[in-house]
Parts: sequence; C-alpha cells; structure tokens
Amino acid sequence: MSHKILIVDDEPNIVLSLEFLLKREGFQVAVASDGEAALEQVEAFHPDLILLDVMMPKKSGYEVCELLRADPARSATRIVMLTAKGRDTEVAKGLGLGADAYVTKPFSNKELVSQIKQLLEGV
Amino acid sequence: MQARYRFALAVLVLGALVTGPFLLTSTLVWMKMDGSQRALLKALIVPHLPLGALLTAMGFGLGLVVVRTLFRQYVQGLLQMAEHLRLMLGANRNFRITTETGPPEVRQVARAINDLAQQRDALMADVEAQIARAKASVEEEKNRLAALMSELAQAVVVCNLDGRILLYNNRARLEFHALAQGPTFVASGALIGLGRSIFSIIDKSRIAHAEEAIRQRLARGLTANVANFITTTASGQFLRVQMVPVLAPGDQTGEARIMSGYVLTVENITRSMEQERVRNHALVDLTEGNRGALGNVRAAVETLHDYPDMEPAERERFVRVIAEEVGRMSRQLESTVQRFADAIRIRWPLEEVSTEDLVKAAQRRIEARFNLPSKIEVMEDNLWVRADSFSLTFAMTFLAGRLVEHYQIRELRFRVLSEGRLAYLDLLWSGQVMSSETFYTWEQENLQVGEEVAPMSLREVLDRHGGEVWYQRERAAHRAYFRFVLPVVQAAQERAPLPLDAGQGRPEYYDFDLFKFQDTGVDLDRNLMEMSYTVFDTETTGLEPANGDEIIQIGAVRIVNGRLLRQESFDQLVDPQRPLRPEGIPIHGITEEMIRGQPVIGAVLPAFQAFCADTVLVAHNAAFDLRFLQIKEASTGIHFHQPVLDTLLLSAVIHPNQESHRLDVIAERLGVQIVGRHNALGDAIATGEIFLKMLPLLAEKGIHTLRQALDASQKTYFARVKY
Repeated sequence: MSHKILIVDDEPNIVLSLEFLLKREGFQVAVASDGEAALEQVEAFHPDLILLDVMMPKKSGYEVCELLRADPARSATRIVMLTAKGRDTEVAKGLGLGADAYVTKPFSNKELVSQIKQLLEGV
Repeated sequence: MQARYRFALAVLVLGALVTGPFLLTSTLVWMKMDGSQRALLKALIVPHLPLGALLTAMGFGLGLVVVRTLFRQYVQGLLQMAEHLRLMLGANRNFRITTETGPPEVRQVARAINDLAQQRDALMADVEAQIARAKASVEEEKNRLAALMSELAQAVVVCNLDGRILLYNNRARLEFHALAQGPTFVASGALIGLGRSIFSIIDKSRIAHAEEAIRQRLARGLTANVANFITTTASGQFLRVQMVPVLAPGDQTGEARIMSGYVLTVENITRSMEQERVRNHALVDLTEGNRGALGNVRAAVETLHDYPDMEPAERERFVRVIAEEVGRMSRQLESTVQRFADAIRIRWPLEEVSTEDLVKAAQRRIEARFNLPSKIEVMEDNLWVRADSFSLTFAMTFLAGRLVEHYQIRELRFRVLSEGRLAYLDLLWSGQVMSSETFYTWEQENLQVGEEVAPMSLREVLDRHGGEVWYQRERAAHRAYFRFVLPVVQAAQERAPLPLDAGQGRPEYYDFDLFKFQDTGVDLDRNLMEMSYTVFDTETTGLEPANGDEIIQIGAVRIVNGRLLRQESFDQLVDPQRPLRPEGIPIHGITEEMIRGQPVIGAVLPAFQAFCADTVLVAHNAAFDLRFLQIKEASTGIHFHQPVLDTLLLSAVIHPNQESHRLDVIAERLGVQIVGRHNALGDAIATGEIFLKMLPLLAEKGIHTLRQALDASQKTYFARVKY
C-alpha cells in the first residue's frame, strides 16, 4: 500500500508541481489550500506525511503543526515544513514546534522526494 | 611711658644735674662750719649770688636746648618713621621714608629701611608676575581646549555631577538645536546652555546608569572608564552617547579616584538607523520576497525536466507557471530597485566636502609637485559634493602631471560651476590640442604621480563617485579642459550656521568655574554675583497694554556666573494679530512684512518660559514688559513667577541724585555701548552689560544678595510708577 501525502499550500503554482511529482512517485496525494482545510483533510484523508507551508490564510503552518502535535493520535504523522522563510530562527521554530523536517524554497525536487521517502521508511 | 612724660623727666634730671652738685657742696660745707665762719661766708657769698644764679640758669637753658634737640631728632623722628613704615606695610607700598632730614644715624637707618622695602617690592612684583603668568597659561590652556572642542566634528558636552553644562561645542549646539522641538522650536534658544541641565535633552536615568557603571569601574581600578548608551529624545530621535568621566584632581596615589563630572560625546544616529532600516528592508525584499516564486519555478522546471513523458496539456500548465512566476520576480525586482535605489547603491566611504576645499587641495598638490603655476578662475560658493577627497585630488594631480609631461603646459586654471544638481570641476589649460583617444587611454590607466601609484584608474575613481569625466575644447579661447562632474549634495542643516553675533569675540561655550557650581535654583539670600539671570526686553505695538497693544518681539540673553552669554540668546518676532501702529515702526523698525507668518504670542511664551527657567529676570523698566506678560497669563496659562530686577530701579538705588535713569543715559554713565537700540535683543544685551557693571556698585552700597537688591529697589521712588 502506498503512503498518503497531504500538500498544504495556498499557492497553486507550487501545488501543481508537487502534486504531479508525488503522484508520479507513487504516493496518494491530497491538497489543502489553507490551515483549516488542512485540519479537515487530516481527519478525512489520514495522511502519513504532510507538506506544510508556513504562510497561509486562516491558520499558519506553525499553528497547524502545533495542533497536530498536541493530538497524540497524530503523533506518527510526519510533518515537513515547506516555506519561503529561510532564517535560522524560523527553522528552529518549525522544528521546535514538532516538524520532522524544514525545507526552504527553492528546493530540489529530487532531494525533497528522497527526504520524504526517508521519513516514511519506518511508517 | 609716653614721650611727653619722658621729656618732662629728662628736664627734671637736667635741672637736678645743673643745680645739685653746687647745692650739695654748699650744704656739706655749711654744716661743718661754726657760727663765725658761717657769718663770714654769708658776707662773702651773698653779694655774688645773682651771678651764680644767672650762670646756673644759663647752663640749665643750654642743657634744655640740647635735650630738646636730641629728643626731637631721635625720639620723635623715630616715631614718625615708625608711622611711615606702617604706611609702607599697608596702604601705600610705594611710599618711601625721607633720608634728607635727621641726624646721620637716623638717616642711615632710613636708608637701610628703604633698601629693604625696595627688595621686598621686587620680590612681591616677581611673585605677582609669576602668578599672572601661571594664570595666563591656565587661561590659555582653557582657551585652547575650548577651541579644540569647538573644531571637533562630534558634539561634545561637559557636565558636572548635577548635570549642569560646563562646556559644549558648536557641533553640540547645532545638533541639539536640530533636536529642539515643541516650545523651543520657534526660537533660536535651543535648551543647551552653560549652567543649564543636560537632563532636558538626555534622560536623567540613562545618565545616572552610565555614571554608576563608570563609578563601579573606577572602584575596581579599571582603566577603560567609558560608558556607551543609546537613548531617544522627546522628539523621537536616537542619540548614541558616550560618557567619559572627568576625574577630580587630587593625589595620584589614592586608589579610588573621584569623578567630578563627565564628558558626553553625542551623535544623532536617527538618520543612519533609518538608512539601515531601509537597506534591510531592501535586502529582505530581494531575498525572502523571491524565495516563493523561485521555489515554484524550480519545482516546475525540475518536474518538466524529470518527466519528459508528460502530456502536452500538462506540460503547457507547467510552462505557464514558469512564465507567470518569472514575470512576478521581474516585477518584484524592479519595484525593489526603485523603492530602495539609494539604499542599494554601492557604498564607498565618501564624505561631504566643499568643492572649494577639494580644488584648493588639488591646487596645492599640483603646484608643489610640478612647480606649475595655477589659478582659480571661477569658484562657486558653498558647493558640496560627496567625495573621497584623496582619490579625487590624486586624479586631478595625475591629469596635471600628464599635461606637463606630454604637452608642456605652463599654467593650469581651475573653474568650479554648478548646473542643477551637478557640480563641474574643470581643469583648464591653453596650448597644444590633444586627441580624445589619448584621454581615453589615460582614463583606463592606473593613476600615477611620480613614484606614487594608486591601484585604480581615473574611470574607477569617477565610478565610485557616481561621477563622470571628459575632455573638451574651448575653441574660441584656444584652450581645453577636463571636466569632472559630480552630483551635488543638498545643503544639509549643519552647514547652515545659526546666526552668531559677528565680531563679538570668542563664543562663550564654556565655563569651567561651573564645576563648583551647584543648584541654580533661585535663592533670595545668594550672592548676586553667583546667580543666573535672563535679561530680556520686548518691543511692542504701543505703550498701552490695557488698550490692546501687543508684544511684537522678545529678545533675551543669559548671564551665568557673572558672564553675559551672547551665544545663548532668545530672539523672536511675534505676530501681534493686529495692525502695527505706523508711528511705532520708525522706532522699533519692525514692519508688517516682518511679523507676517511669525508665531503668535501663545506659541512664543512657552519657549520663552523654558528659556528663563531657574533664573532671575532682569529688564530695564521691567514693570512695563511684565505688564504685557501678565496680561497674557489668562490666555496662555504661562506665569513668570521668578524674581525680577529692574535696572531702572537699581540705577536709582546707586545714583539717587541723578535725574535720568533712561537706558541710554545709564549706558553712557557706566560706559556701555548699545548696538541695536530698540531691537529687543540689542536692548537686552545692553541691559545685561549695564546690570553686570552695577553689581560691584551695589556691593559698595552694601547690597550683596538678591533679597537686599529687591528691598532696595522697592524703596526707591520709582517703584511707585505703575503702567
């Protein structure tokens, strides 16, 4: 059975690439375009991994991450923060809030996929 | 015993000596004789007695004359000499004892005394001269220090531990003047001034904190006794302040040195902080702002690349994403460049220099280097550029050198012009024509003057300055020139000097005696010499405040520590909000045009009040000026509570028998010259000088304190005059 990945980003231009890429890599993919939609999708879709943008309307990526990590039932869900904010302090914050990885844009598709696969190995 | 009694005694002794031996001999002989012998003796002696008495009397008289002469010459002469000596010791040092009279012994003593006095005078004169020299050298050192301070580009303020300002330099005056907002904004009297508190400008707690830090370091014996802090002013400006302690002179061996004041170096960093902020913003815009878009493009490109088997329709979508994102990035870049054009320009350490200084420096170098005569043909005044003056003068010297070497020019001329926002610095010469190609090669070469080589070319120097240089011919005049073009910098506020009274000598920016000065609060029993005063004068539309006459000008100047501080003046025109009386205009010389657009009294009085804080007010015929101020109390809420001294009344105290106590008359009487009569500031300055001359005259009358001066004023007849 293939792993399920939820893409959360409000920018359709990146979603397009990510969705195509991950489907081709054999994952089941769902998309949410803001923080609240992301939480709903988590309930409905039960993703194994979430690609989470930080800057989003309604709820920020940090908030979503915090809420998910507060729920013991979701502790196994891997979270990869995917953002255009590259400062050290922001990376530290993302990881501190419980993200498993923090990837800054622009990123290499290959590296992202290999990181995703690595994270999903034990699941 | 008094000399008189001694003289009487001497006369008695003389009488006894003259008559005594005869009488004693006669008595003894008489007692040994018997009756017949006595009768015989009587018969023999008695007829001769008158002769004996006469001779005795003559002898006595002679003796008397001798005793008297001796007494006069020795006793009375010496007494007189003693009085003269007292005089020489005290009142009149130059008095000398006469050596012409008296017996030789006394004359000798007198001569010796005079010689001794001579020696003493020489010694005293020597000591006095030494003291004067020492004083002069201290004074000179003080002046040199003050001069040095005034030349510094940093704002420097020296304070005592109470935060009272003892010294400030011109730069500090300008900086703080620029800071002044609110009440002081309307007048030139920014609140920096000798004896004033620094705490009105810099937060007291910040200073106390820095002071404490320095004390700690001093106590621990550390050598780096400097404290730095950044503070904000009431007007929201950022100041970077450095504090260095002034240590009290004392024995060097003592371990804990005591701080007696501090030096503050103040820099307004508001502008550089703002620039830094803008630059950061630009940087963030350029980096963070592009991450998202770049991420989208990269993901799309890599997908396209990695999956060449994509459907055409799908491929089309990815290409559209790339086109869209690249367009977005271009627009973002463009807008950032526009918004932050100044901030992202290449930064090179350039300083603002006047073109005159630049050209003169180049001229000196060229003349010295090549022995080439030169001349400044046209020099535009006050034209400033941002430049690295070293490399620019180097570049000019290089070009001059090339001209000498290749074209044997005999004279070089300079011309400085401006056109719009550009400054032209031209190097002109006449003679052989050179080709533009030659200039192009010179432009690319590394600059070289003799052995000196700079690691950059003329072109690079000009690029750094955002300038240009070219070669041009003036055919009609048969000459040619190199033209340097540099952008002009806008005249910054620091180069617009605040008005100073010209020709009034050295500015009074320091007073080290204030180190001992404490608490300037107004104490009625303090000595008049020690107090701070604000001497002021007003010009008004007319003489009747009750009938709507208004103040049109206030001028004031401060007296601190017995010195009139001309630089710390208040000079403000006021819009009276009513027409001027035509008959007044020739007197005060203030026209409708001058008062138009000036602040109204309600805006000026708070500034004036701040200027007067903690001082005694002084005015000539103060009742008149005060009446105008009092009438405004209700509408402005500004009260002047401080004591007021009136030079008119004080003049009446000093010279009760004089008829006139008008300002001009007093000024003449006391030898004060009035410059600018019936100009508020001019009159205030004259009044201040008069007041200072009055202080010693008041002291002669036993008036030493403010309370005594106020009492005496009240008692004079003129005190009853009311307006």
